[in-house]
Amino acid sequence: MSGHDTVPYQPVFVGETLAKLEALYPKYPEKRALLLPALWLVQEARGWVPPEAMHEVAQQLELTAAYVAGVATFYTMYHLHPVGRHFIQVCTTSPCGICGAEDVARELLVQTGCRDLGATSPDGRFTVVEVECLGACGFATPLLINDDFIESVSVDTVASVLARYP
Amino acid sequence: MGYPHPIHPKETPVLSTYFGDAEARTVAGWKARGGYQALQKALAMTPEQIVDEVKASGLRGRGGAGFPTGLKWSFMPKDDGKPHYLCCNADESEPGTFKDREILRWTPHALIEGCAIGQLAIRAETTYIYIRGEFTEPFHVLTAAVAEAYAAGILGADAMGSGKRIDIVIHRGAGAYICGEETALMNSLEGRRGNPRIKPPFPAVSGVFAKPTTINNVETLAAVPHIINRGAAWYASLTLSSPKSLGTKLISVCGHVQRPGVYEITLGLPMQELIYDLAGGMRPGRTLKAVIPGGSSVPIMTPAEVDGCPTDYEGIVSRGSMLGSGGMIVMDDTTDIVYQVMRLARFYAHESCAQCTNCREGTAWTTRVLERMLAGKGKESDIDLLMSLADNMTGKTICVLSDSCATPVVSGIGKFRSEFDAYISGARSLDVVEVS
Repeated sequence: MSGHDTVPYQPVFVGETLAKLEALYPKYPEKRALLLPALWLVQEARGWVPPEAMHEVAQQLELTAAYVAGVATFYTMYHLHPVGRHFIQVCTTSPCGICGAEDVARELLVQTGCRDLGATSPDGRFTVVEVECLGACGFATPLLINDDFIESVSVDTVASVLARYP
Repeated sequence: MGYPHPIHPKETPVLSTYFGDAEARTVAGWKARGGYQALQKALAMTPEQIVDEVKASGLRGRGGAGFPTGLKWSFMPKDDGKPHYLCCNADESEPGTFKDREILRWTPHALIEGCAIGQLAIRAETTYIYIRGEFTEPFHVLTAAVAEAYAAGILGADAMGSGKRIDIVIHRGAGAYICGEETALMNSLEGRRGNPRIKPPFPAVSGVFAKPTTINNVETLAAVPHIINRGAAWYASLTLSSPKSLGTKLISVCGHVQRPGVYEITLGLPMQELIYDLAGGMRPGRTLKAVIPGGSSVPIMTPAEVDGCPTDYEGIVSRGSMLGSGGMIVMDDTTDIVYQVMRLARFYAHESCAQCTNCREGTAWTTRVLERMLAGKGKESDIDLLMSLADNMTGKTICVLSDSCATPVVSGIGKFRSEFDAYISGARSLDVVEVS
């Protein structure tokens, strides 16, 4: 299930990642409050949140794995399965929608080869999803590619933006 | 300033003075621009003095509700022996709203200073800044600024040499509009699903970690240092209209205007001046059709309602809508109102936390009805059905997300009925993908 079927699962919370988690403990009065930060650490390390990592998070924070999964699935930004090398979120909510965002989204699906929203391109390079309001409505159409926030993308500039993500 | 545009003569730059000025992001740069003098001053004041000053300024919550900030702070208990918390709501996600993002990425120290002063006012031991996960650039800028403020001794165990402890923790969300609702924010911060809580208890009694808590918006807190520096009387003198709408407000203008951006106005500036003078008005050959003045959750206004309306809390209410977050969506005559109402309903259906039946079912059902209407499969009875759904989604749930979904439906049908009828009668139809 983890996408590493032939390779034994390697724990996330060792070394530097564990140290990063432990450094957060004094900032909160309850361990459970570290749940969102811990899931971010997993995603930072692995590119997604495998089920085994949810068990690890549960163990670290003295929660059940079911509880961790319940929280992880509530939020849209945790990838519960592997995604393309570059993860593209395109905002198509009304303010961007009336400025052509849906055309940009369609162009992205064509040029990346993803074809469908949420799908990964056959070469594994891209995954494109629609996102609800990126909070940059004056800069339509905004994209979030991995951690890069890119403003004012139009159908005409899609190709040059994608070229920056080999 | 109307970033990315230069300051317009009709703007009143206070919070936005240094938008676009990357040097303001550093402690040295911020100090060179007068930063941290207000915190120095506040450290020598009692909590009551700070609260009274903010009360006298007339500052109201800039996140959407417009509740008087000083009054909110005064609800926090005194001498109860419990830890108190300040939460800064940086989960800006209301469609049309992108003002806090500019504060976060250009003047992070304005927010840090505001948080520190707010924390002193409510006797809190820690401020948690809850920033939405999608705000990657603002997150990095703010993280660097907080680290620098600690290194400079502005934050920490001996804040600015005062002997007082001020701690700020940045907490990153992970994609959920609902976490901008204050009780959902607290649940999320505690490591739970972002489900809103029933009030009471109110946060000032039992908030995050079951301790007395105040939640303030980014823009609200960023205004506080200016009030402490220049005095409540100065801030309260800033108005062009109502004595209840004081100070400046960042208005993020987007949609079909020639210069979308974040403009800082003295409250009361006529909405037409905001749209036409500051934001550049309509594209050539186009006319104004509708304005959603305060983020997608407020009623749609017609050009007649916009005409002569002051941009302030009371003026917009008198025209049947709300100032809300100040996220202004401007739509010209190319806009299909039915499609946009569907798109907003789809937004709320996507963002419903699903704990209340009326919201979980109502937002999705509303979206489906609108989708089929657009696809040419609408029924005569659909208008009544949508209005009935809207009624069942208003005032019936724990938070106002379902009310917010009903709002564009009710105001859209009320003000642009003929467009809905055109789809139902078959005079129009779109090739709409029904997704839900």
